[in-house]
Amino acid sequence: MVIVFVIHTVCPIGALAPGESRVLYSRIFGPDEALFQGGQRQLNAEERRLLSAEKLAVVARQVQSAVSLRREASGRPLVEALPGEEHLALQEADSGVLRLRCGDPYWQEVSALWLAVNSLSFVMLCEPHENLLLAEGTLRNLARHCLEHLHMLGQGSEVLLKSSRVDVLLSRLLPHGQLVFLNHRFAQSLEKDVAAYMNK
Amino acid sequence: MYSHGSESLIKQAREIQESELQKFYSRLIKLLQEKEHGHETIDSLQRLRLIVSATKYTRTLPPELQKRLRLLLSSPVEQLQVLSSAVLRETLPLTAQKYGQDGNSQLNSHTTALLLSQAESRDDLSALCTQLLRNLDNRTSEGPTHLLLHTLPVVNTILTYSPESLTEDNIIILSKKLIDWLRYASTTQGGGASSGGFFTGSRSRQPLPTAELDGTVSGDFFTVLCVGQGFTEDQWMNVYSFSMLRHWLLTFHFVPGGTVADTDDRSEIDGSVVSMVSVTSSTGRLLPPKERLREKAFQYCQRLIEQSDRKAQKKTDTELQKACLVEAVCILDCVCLEDASFVYRVFPCIKALFGRLSSDLTFARVLLPVAQFYLNHGELAAVECDCVWNLVFGRFPTELFNDPFLAHELLRFLRLNLENVQLRVPQYTRYFPNLLKFLAWDSPAVIDDFVDLLPSMVTSGTSLELLHTLLDLPCLSATLLLQLRSMCLPISDSGGRSLASMDAFRNPSFRGLFLFLLRGEAGTGDTIDRLSTLLELLSEAVDWPRVIQCAQTVPILLHIFFNTVITVADRTLLGQVLLVLLERSSLLLNIPKYIAEIHRVFSRQLTKLCKLHPSLVIDQSHELLEFAGATSNVYSKQEIYTHVVLVLGEYLSVSYDSRCSVRLITSCFETLEAVLFEITSSAPLPGVGCPAPRVITTLMSALAKLASRSHDLIPRVSLFLSKLRNVSSGGTVSWCDDEEDLVSIVTLGEELCALLKTPGVAQSVLNPPAHVTAPRWHQDTNVAMPLQLRALTRLTQAHASHAQHAPTSASHHTST
Repeated sequence: MVIVFVIHTVCPIGALAPGESRVLYSRIFGPDEALFQGGQRQLNAEERRLLSAEKLAVVARQVQSAVSLRREASGRPLVEALPGEEHLALQEADSGVLRLRCGDPYWQEVSALWLAVNSLSFVMLCEPHENLLLAEGTLRNLARHCLEHLHMLGQGSEVLLKSSRVDVLLSRLLPHGQLVFLNHRFAQSLEKDVAAYMNK
Repeated sequence: MYSHGSESLIKQAREIQESELQKFYSRLIKLLQEKEHGHETIDSLQRLRLIVSATKYTRTLPPELQKRLRLLLSSPVEQLQVLSSAVLRETLPLTAQKYGQDGNSQLNSHTTALLLSQAESRDDLSALCTQLLRNLDNRTSEGPTHLLLHTLPVVNTILTYSPESLTEDNIIILSKKLIDWLRYASTTQGGGASSGGFFTGSRSRQPLPTAELDGTVSGDFFTVLCVGQGFTEDQWMNVYSFSMLRHWLLTFHFVPGGTVADTDDRSEIDGSVVSMVSVTSSTGRLLPPKERLREKAFQYCQRLIEQSDRKAQKKTDTELQKACLVEAVCILDCVCLEDASFVYRVFPCIKALFGRLSSDLTFARVLLPVAQFYLNHGELAAVECDCVWNLVFGRFPTELFNDPFLAHELLRFLRLNLENVQLRVPQYTRYFPNLLKFLAWDSPAVIDDFVDLLPSMVTSGTSLELLHTLLDLPCLSATLLLQLRSMCLPISDSGGRSLASMDAFRNPSFRGLFLFLLRGEAGTGDTIDRLSTLLELLSEAVDWPRVIQCAQTVPILLHIFFNTVITVADRTLLGQVLLVLLERSSLLLNIPKYIAEIHRVFSRQLTKLCKLHPSLVIDQSHELLEFAGATSNVYSKQEIYTHVVLVLGEYLSVSYDSRCSVRLITSCFETLEAVLFEITSSAPLPGVGCPAPRVITTLMSALAKLASRSHDLIPRVSLFLSKLRNVSSGGTVSWCDDEEDLVSIVTLGEELCALLKTPGVAQSVLNPPAHVTAPRWHQDTNVAMPLQLRALTRLTQAHASHAQHAPTSASHHTST
C-alpha cells in the first residue's frame, strides 16, 4: 500500500534555509506507524503527530535533493509551464524513485516515488514490494487531477484553501492508500464522479 | 506555482493569535449549529483545516466544536465529511472518544479514515475490522454501493500495520468473499454511463456483455482488464479484490486458520451458479478457503496474462496491461512459494510469457518479476535460465541504464535475492561493468544500492578489473552521455556547439577505447594501455554535472572495495592492488577535487594494507622505491608520497620480514636521502610551491628509522640533520615559507640527532615492538588480571611504605 502522499515545494523559498522544503499537502494513510513498533510506543498522541510531521519533512528534503540533482545532471533548462499547459507540464516532468532505508525515517524500508512539475513535487511513499508500474501511473494521474482541479500552475493558493479536493481525489484514485487497477472505463466513471464533486 | 500568497497564508495560519483563534472557533460553532451549511461554512472549515495542519504542533479544539465536527462525519454532503474528517485527523481526540463504533452503523470512507488514523492499539484495529466485515455480510443489496467499496482497502491497511488484528473468522469470511468477487463477478455491463451516479447501475436495461480491451466480447470471467459502459457492484469489488490480492496472499498465512475444509459454504454452493464446476479438488473434496483462493488467484492471473496480449485501444490501458502482468507474475510466484505443486502448472505460462516479451525491451520491467519467478522456481522445474540472466544482466543495463525505475527495480531485485543469485547465477559477478552503468548514469539515486551490492562483486577474480573500473567510473559516465547524444543527434547536426569528445567518440581510431569502457562483461583485461589518451579525449567532460556527481561517489565505493578485498584476496593479489594504487594515482580524470579525494583514499588504504601485511612492502619494494625516488611526486602527489615514505620507514625492517637485507635498507635510505637533499637544498621550480613540511618531516623520520636498523647509516643521517640545522639557523630558507613550520622541522631534526647518539635507545624508540604500538591488555583477561592485581598490590604497598616505588611504565608489565 501507499503509506503517504505529499505535495511539497522543490524551489528555494525565501523564508526557508536552502535545501528545505515546504509541505503543502500531506495525507498519511492508515494508523500511526509509531504505535506498532518497539521504541516509539510510549509516545503520546501529540508526540506522535510531531514525529510524523518531522518524518514528512525529512522525506520532502530528500526528494528535493533528488529532484535538483536530477535536474542538474540532465542539464535541461527548466521551462515554467503556464495554466492550461497541464499536459505539457506533465510530459516534461521529471520523475524518479528513491530508496529510503529502513529506519530512515520510516520503520520499514520505503520507496519514494516522485514526480516534479516546475517548482512542486508530488510524492508517494510505497511499501517496497508495491507494483511500481501501477504506482507510477497512479501518481501521474493524481498529479494531473491536482494540477487541473486546483489550478496549481497558476499563482493561486488553492492547494491550501481547497485541499479537500485533494482528499476527494485520493479517496477515489488511491482509497486508503490502496493502489487500484483501473482501466480507462473505471477511471472515466471515477473522474465523472470527481468532476461532479468539484463543480459543487 | 508556489506564490508569496501561499507562503503568507501558511505564515498567518501558524502565527494566528489565540484570541483571534477563539473568535474564529465560536463563529464556526455558530455556523455549524445552523441547519443548512452554505459556502461560508465550507470556507471556514477549509480555513480551520489549514490552521490545524500548517503547524507540526497539535492544536486543541473546543469540545463543542469537536462535537459539531463529529456530527458532520455522517452528513449527506461529502464535502462536509471530508473536511470534518481531515480536521479531526489533525487534532487530538477527546479522551475515550470513539466515533460511530456502536457496531451497527455503516461507516463511510472518510469516517473510517479518521478511525484508522486515531486507532490507539491493535484491539481498536481488530474491532474496526470486525465491524467492517460484519457490515459487508449484513448489507442489503439495495444499500448504497460506495459504503462497501472502502472495506477492502481498509482491511488491507490493517493487514499491513497489524496482521494480528485479523481473526481466523475474518480471514475465512474474506477469503470466501474474494473468491466470489474474483471469479464470479457479473459478465454483463452495469448501467449506462448516462445514469450519472457514482457507479450505480440500473439493471432495467438490456444487459450487454462486457468487452475485452481490444473491443471484442469477453468470452470468460470478468477481470480488471474488461470494459463496459458501466460497472456493477461486484465488478467494482472484483477490481478492489485483485488490487489487494497479492498483499493478502503474502500476509494471510501469518494469521492462523483458514486451512480446514468447511462444509457450510454459502458462497460456493448456493451463491453462484457458475461456481459449481471448480470448487472441489480432483478428489471431490471441498478445499479449505485459503487453498481455494490460491486456485482462483492462479486462474485469474492466467487469464490476465492472456488478456494482456490483446491490443488495447487506449494508451493508458496498454500501461495497465503491463502493470497487470507484473502483478499477475508476482501473484503466481507467491502462489507457488506457498504451494510448490503449482510450479508445474504455472511454469509453461511463465515460459511462454518470457518468450513473448523477451525481445521487446519496453516490457523490461515486466520481465523482472519473470526473472524472479525463474530464480525461485527454475531449479524445481529444471528449466534452463541462462537466457533470462543474459537479458537481465546483459541487455537491460546496456540499453536501459537511463531508466531510473528499471534501475531501482533491478538493483532491488539483486539486493533482495543476492544470496540466491550468487548461488544459482554464479556468472553474476562477471556482469559488474554492465551493472555499474546504472551508477555511472544516475549516481545519487542508486549509490545506496551499490553500497549494499558492491561487496558481492569483489572476488579474487574480479578485484583488479573492478578497481580500475571504479576509478574510471566518471569516464564511463561521460561516455554514456556521449553514446546517448550520438544516438539522438545525426552526425551532420552537432547541436550547435560541437563537442571535441563527441568527435572522438565517433572517430573509428578511438572506438576501441570507448568500447572498452562500455563493455558489458568483465574478463577482457583489467584496463587498457592507452588510458591516458582516453582521459585526454574526455578532458572536456570534467565540468559536466553528471560526471561530477558520479565522481563524488567513487571515494565511498573505493573504501567499500578495499574493505572487502582484504577479506577475499591473498598477499600476491594485494600486492597487485598496491601496484594499481601507485600506477593509477597519476592516471585519473582531471577533476582536481576528484583527484585529491582519490589520493586521500589511496593513502589511507595503502597504510591499512601494509599494516595488515607488512611483507607487502618487501614484496613491492622495487616499485615503492621507484615511486619514493621521484622528486616530482613530492609536489604532485604529496598525500600518497608521504604515506609511501611512511610505510617504507615503518615496515622495511627485519623484524617484519626476514628477507629485509642491509642492502635493501641502504638503498632505500639512499633514495629517500637524495630526495630530501634535493627538496631542501634548492628553491622549488616556479609555479610548483614549496614542498609540504609534512613530507620533509616524514622523510626525516624515515631516514632516522632506517638508520637505527643499520647503524652504519647513523653518521650520514646525523651529518645531514646537522647541516639542515645550520642552513635553517638564519630563519629563512627558500624551500619553506612558514617560520613556524621551519622551527618544527629543525626541532625534529635536533631530537632525532640526539636520539641517534645512543643507537640502542634509538632502536627501541624508533622501532617499538608491535605489542607496544597496539596494546590490547584491556581485551585480554589473562594478561589484564595479573596487571590489575599487581597494580592493586602496589597501591596498597605504596600506602604502607609511603610510595617508595613509583609505578613503572605499562609496557614493562606486559613483558611478563
